[in-house]
Amino acid sequence: MKCQTCPSPATLHITEIVKGVAAEHHFCEECAQQYLSQAEAKGNDLPAGVVADEEGESKLKELDQLACPNCGITFREFRKQGRLGCPHDYIAFQEELIPLLENIHGETQHFGKVPKRTPDDSRKQYRLIKLRGELKVAIAEESYEQAAKLRDEIQRLEQETPVAPADEE
Amino acid sequence: MKLDELIQSSGEWLRGEGPEADIVISTRIRLARNLSQFPFLTRADEGARIEIERILSGQISRLAARKSLNYFDVTSLQRLDRQFLVERQLISRELSEGQGPRGVGFSTAENVSLMVNEEDHLRIQVLRSGLALESCWQEINQIDDLLEEQVCFAFNEQLGYLTACPTNCGTGIRVSVMLHLPALVQTKEIQKVFQALHKIGLAVRGLYGEGSQAMGDFYQISNQTTLGKSEEQLIKNLKDVIPNIIGYERRVRTALVKENRQGLHDQVSRAYGILKSAQTITSEETMQHLSSLRMGINLGLIEDLPIPTVNELFIFTQPAHLQKLRHTSLDSGERNVARASYLREKLAPQN
Repeated sequence: MKCQTCPSPATLHITEIVKGVAAEHHFCEECAQQYLSQAEAKGNDLPAGVVADEEGESKLKELDQLACPNCGITFREFRKQGRLGCPHDYIAFQEELIPLLENIHGETQHFGKVPKRTPDDSRKQYRLIKLRGELKVAIAEESYEQAAKLRDEIQRLEQETPVAPADEE
Repeated sequence: MKLDELIQSSGEWLRGEGPEADIVISTRIRLARNLSQFPFLTRADEGARIEIERILSGQISRLAARKSLNYFDVTSLQRLDRQFLVERQLISRELSEGQGPRGVGFSTAENVSLMVNEEDHLRIQVLRSGLALESCWQEINQIDDLLEEQVCFAFNEQLGYLTACPTNCGTGIRVSVMLHLPALVQTKEIQKVFQALHKIGLAVRGLYGEGSQAMGDFYQISNQTTLGKSEEQLIKNLKDVIPNIIGYERRVRTALVKENRQGLHDQVSRAYGILKSAQTITSEETMQHLSSLRMGINLGLIEDLPIPTVNELFIFTQPAHLQKLRHTSLDSGERNVARASYLREKLAPQN
């Protein structure tokens, strides 16, 4: 979804209740800040359910440097676009994400369907993501020997992992 | 199946049948899933997207035997066709306007749809006419089980199914019920409903989901949170509250009739009159009058028109549907003329 005032992706979703009518707003970080400061200036009640950063600026800068070792996304990028880069981010950014999840869902423990075949070794899955990234770099750098090694490693892991090939049946 | 064949029918969710169908238009459940061995789409390059699409479209073909699914490569569809599928609720606006390899498999009856490379690798959706939460859940859970026999979805024990946006993790479920609430809107009682729903963690959206306007007095009520409660609990939350809203709408309708039957009869008849005779009409005005008309039929004030016809008019008067019907692209002014002509034809006494 796009920000309602500029072409950037919307990362903050604000539900505002004015005179009993609920209105939804969708902004990118920048426009949201602008909107909120305007709302404050007008003396309106602050909208409910705003995901606001309470940390100080320096703490944020430090957080922003954090990067996922598998997909390479930084916490700053996540904050900017509101989307994570890979499943491993939930572990890589765990400390930062848990308070956010608690804010969104009011809970931090899944209580529902569990796949019959859980990814038996999720680390293996994350490793595959990482290897594919490295393979891409190796090809870009024309390190073909390294690329071949990585490709073999990926194939070996894939054969161990239950990933159905699409052309089966 | 060819996409153009869809113009012959009006889709499962507007069939106008099923429990409480005078007020509940449709029930929809969607699940968000991601293949565990790939990054989410924001970090997936063209190669990864192609591979994800290959694996998932293959899985959809495998399911096709049981669910009669048709798969479409969205990148090869014209803009008008994509818009047409959005109006049918078979794909989201995000999938329609997205970039890169992506696709959708949906059933001939238009009640199952699987979107590939939307916000998550896979979005499964099951639709029913009327209030049918259990049957939706049963079917979508079965489809999810069938897929899980073949692919590994990203999952962890603490946070459940892992999704690109943290607002969907856990169950990855969104349960929505679409309601037609003209009497609550007219009397402004709807605000009380919104406030009460907000307090219990339910979201209210318009006809086409997130960020869309509430056109034609249609509202989608859905769960806001996905983590920490089971699918059954989340469904039950909705199941408990929907009858109250239905009851509220019915009471207000009855009160409106009792207070001023003649006035109400006049209002819906005028709406009917405009729809039957206008020479040019916007989508917005059409929705507004169709909403009045639909309530009038349900209250027995208008007797010569069946509900499924009105439901059909809601969808066939949308921009992409009109253009598909006319086999040509029309600008907004031309659409208003085509819409009015279509309405006159459909509402003519012989029909």
